[in-house]
Amino acid sequence: MNHGFGGQSIDYTAIMPVLIVALGALGVLITDLFTREKRKHDLLWLSAAVIVIALIAELGLWIGGASTKPRLTFCLDSGHSTVLGCSYSADSFSLTIQTLLLGGTLLTVLMAPRRFKVPFGEYHFLILCSLTGAMVMAGARDFITMTVGLETLSLPAYALVGFGGRKRRGSDGSAADASTSGAEAALKFFLMSVASTAVMLFGISLVYGVTGSVYFADMQAVLHLSGYHASILTTGMVLTLAGFAFKVSAVPFHFWTPEVYSGAPVPVAAYLSVVSKTAGFAGLILTLEIAFRTEIHNLGTLIAILAAVTMTLGNTVALRQRSAVRLLAWSTIGQAGYVLVPLAVTTWNGADLAKVPVGQAWNLGPAVTASVAYLVFYAAMNLGAFGVVSALGGTLPGGGELADYRSLSSRQPRAAWPLGLFLLCLAGLPPGLMGLFAKVAVFRAVISGGLTWLAVVMAVNVVIALFYYLRWAAALFAPVTTAPAVAGAEAGAAIEQRSALSRSIPLGPRIAVGLALVVTVFFSLYPAPAFK
Amino acid sequence: MSAILLLLLAIPAAGLLALYVVPREFASRIGALAGVLTFAVSLVLLPLFDYSAGASFQGQIDLSWIQALDLRFHLGIDGVSLPLVLLTTLLTALCLIYAVRTTTRDGKGRAFTALLLTLEIGMVGTFISLDLLLFFVFFELVLIPMYGLISHWGSDDAHGGASKQQSAMKFILYTLLGSALMLLGFLVIHAKTGTFDMVLLQQRHGLGITASAQSLAFVLVGLGFAIKTPMWPLHTWLPDAHTSAPTVGSVLLAGVLLKMGTYGFIRIGVGEIPEGLHRYAVALAAFGVVGIVYGSLACLAQIRADGDLKRLIAYSSVGHMGFTLLGIASMTQVGIDGALFASVAHGLITGLLFFLVGGFKERYGTTDLFAIGRGLYGRSRRYGALLAFAAVASLGLPGLAGFWGELYVLVGAARPGPGLSVTAFHVYMAVAGIGMVLTAAYLLLVVRRVCMGTVTDPANENVLAHDSDLTPREWLAWLPLAALTLLAGLWPAVVLAAADPAVHTVLGARG
Repeated sequence: MNHGFGGQSIDYTAIMPVLIVALGALGVLITDLFTREKRKHDLLWLSAAVIVIALIAELGLWIGGASTKPRLTFCLDSGHSTVLGCSYSADSFSLTIQTLLLGGTLLTVLMAPRRFKVPFGEYHFLILCSLTGAMVMAGARDFITMTVGLETLSLPAYALVGFGGRKRRGSDGSAADASTSGAEAALKFFLMSVASTAVMLFGISLVYGVTGSVYFADMQAVLHLSGYHASILTTGMVLTLAGFAFKVSAVPFHFWTPEVYSGAPVPVAAYLSVVSKTAGFAGLILTLEIAFRTEIHNLGTLIAILAAVTMTLGNTVALRQRSAVRLLAWSTIGQAGYVLVPLAVTTWNGADLAKVPVGQAWNLGPAVTASVAYLVFYAAMNLGAFGVVSALGGTLPGGGELADYRSLSSRQPRAAWPLGLFLLCLAGLPPGLMGLFAKVAVFRAVISGGLTWLAVVMAVNVVIALFYYLRWAAALFAPVTTAPAVAGAEAGAAIEQRSALSRSIPLGPRIAVGLALVVTVFFSLYPAPAFK
Repeated sequence: MSAILLLLLAIPAAGLLALYVVPREFASRIGALAGVLTFAVSLVLLPLFDYSAGASFQGQIDLSWIQALDLRFHLGIDGVSLPLVLLTTLLTALCLIYAVRTTTRDGKGRAFTALLLTLEIGMVGTFISLDLLLFFVFFELVLIPMYGLISHWGSDDAHGGASKQQSAMKFILYTLLGSALMLLGFLVIHAKTGTFDMVLLQQRHGLGITASAQSLAFVLVGLGFAIKTPMWPLHTWLPDAHTSAPTVGSVLLAGVLLKMGTYGFIRIGVGEIPEGLHRYAVALAAFGVVGIVYGSLACLAQIRADGDLKRLIAYSSVGHMGFTLLGIASMTQVGIDGALFASVAHGLITGLLFFLVGGFKERYGTTDLFAIGRGLYGRSRRYGALLAFAAVASLGLPGLAGFWGELYVLVGAARPGPGLSVTAFHVYMAVAGIGMVLTAAYLLLVVRRVCMGTVTDPANENVLAHDSDLTPREWLAWLPLAALTLLAGLWPAVVLAAADPAVHTVLGARG
């Protein structure tokens, strides 16, 4: 590499996975032009292949030692610190998150249900574009790159949400009312997202005004040296974080989540809940733990309150949900709260973390490790649950009513058992050991950080959440009862929905659920890799 | 010995796999086989256990499982856990044998047996794990199987009380709250000491943790165990769970699951954060004593038309476990010996009582005290005799197992550990004495109501067809419990030989 003044050298190896996905997106679009209408469903496999190749490239970077010796690229001497300001870094943090993003997208692409009605070429193109943005966010080490990544992630997502079907006015009134049409959901998503991005850009500009740099590492160095604490800086930081809070659907930026999830096609909802959210968390972690590290004491309290409110609201509202996707939507809000918890930790067994300068993202400390590990586990279990819902109820409004899933084990045992396991993982109870370990990691971070109150709030939340996860999981295994006598039309619709849940599952979702299951079982027995 | 400990977990696990390999008709028999095999293997511990070193942890296995969480797969037993492990394997084996017929009949034997075997892994694991986090994992593992047993094989309350799903949900939410707080307590201990190793923590005996941190840890950990034990006023899940649970569910719930609470108090409360326990001992004892009296009064209240015999025994558990709490809170050798003995005795006796009540349920379709008829002596002589035996054992007749535990506890309360208010404990002792009298009162009333009197047919009509004395299967499942009750009553050293030196060490005495 040539770190000359003025000229930038680009390390193409470091950005290879991103390039593959971006070029793959174009490839899918072009292939679409030459594919007959009937065969378009098979673009799914092309899209999956692109992701697998990118995963192999990612693996190559791991083996090439990027996790111990980071590959920095797009570097400039910004004049603020002794080191070069680099915009993109392929280190263990970015590689973990990118692998997670790729794996998550792979599962979402595969989980398309039978009779999935979207324009496939555009659908896969948009997903891959959005994925490119997400991956850039994980590697970004300055605010400009981060914002570009964020926008690349979001713009295709609006269109993806818009692929959701029109509102159905079925005979089962409540179900139809609860589901939002795709266009309406997309519009809501778009407006709220744009507003939050605008707020975030304003925040970034304030922070830039104070520090004079957009590089995360530089900002930390500047703030560390100057010890500058002005209210304008705090305002800028809070506004910046708000943009990420929207992406991870933390309270009070969560309103879009249930609406958008239930309006969007189920795989897109799964994509938003895992890939988009993980990218948001990656951005949040980088910003908070590198750029704003010196200020984490002020921000930590804010994050702690945000986490407590987010999980409590998410879990309590989830108690009342009756459609599968809405329940999962609120549960992801609750889960986001858990991921936020370790980020509120500012001390570790009495040592002040703000005093420990962290130049790069590969040694962010044990608290952040807990968050990242939680994200990894969350991706597997949440995608698994979404995968089953998508495969069975993907064509029903809102993924089907919870009541439709009753006694699923007698009709579809191969779907019921994994779904039961994923739900128990989300609840964090054995035999869902993976979820249990994830929660233990988070609890441990917060206890070591001395935030006992937050730990107790989270403990209560775990109990609340168990109620709705377990109710659903138990219903799956309920003995078959003779159908209650209901009025003709209503019963007819209910039976139709149930029989929709009894159809055989296509190959794609089978692979998706199977992969999620393998990962879940593996991490349940040996979760160590996720903590590195 | 390590191999035996591993086998205790591996045999049920292997049985679990076998269940899903063989045709489903054999499921319950495979389960019974696995249960008996596990019990037989656990019996091998008796000659292998080195009684001269009963205080030290034997047969240790220590493997790293998850380094990042400091979770180690660390097993071992000492004199405190040995009796509880044997109690667990015995009761599970008996339950699995007992369940063979009931479950083959309804054709869902596979899932039922699978839940019982999972339960066994969790219960045994809790008693033999020597890593706080591993202990927590096993502690949590019992929740889902027990939930499944109650919610899918239970029965709704006949008198408009909780439905089986509600009872099951109440059970799991309560205990999960407890165990989540318990986990926080463990993490506080870890944050202060940097280790989850229970052997090390017991050696240090609270050294290196400040008194305030110990208090915090004890409140968190103690809440978890108090819900499990259960301690008044956190017991409200227990009567519902017992009333709804199927027979074997009740037996294991009362026989083993409650002991996980006592065991936790002794092992972690007394052994690892003694200063925390010391600070709250007087309060803990007070709750225990209130539980004793409350439990007996609630039992007396059940002796009425519509009174439920299963519920009555559930309340009696609250009373009996109150004694164990009092013994633990006295922080004396004899008190904790008593608590441990009472736990084992309660497991045997209450297990037997729940089996007997389950027999009523099977015969008459109800456990309503006034609907199961009178004059059981006249109708089924042996059944009546066994019920009377279990009842007098439960009320603490000398010569039976129920006696020693509570006597020791009272002796412990008479001379509480250093620094504890003697006056308070004397008052507790007196109140507990009143509780014992009340216990005798309701148990004798039950015996009079059910066993004596002129023979009347149970209110239920199609009863006479099922009215029979003990079946061979019932003999097989119940007699061992009765025999052990007698043995432990006549020769308490069977439990205490191993336990006494271990309790000595847990209390912090060296050498």
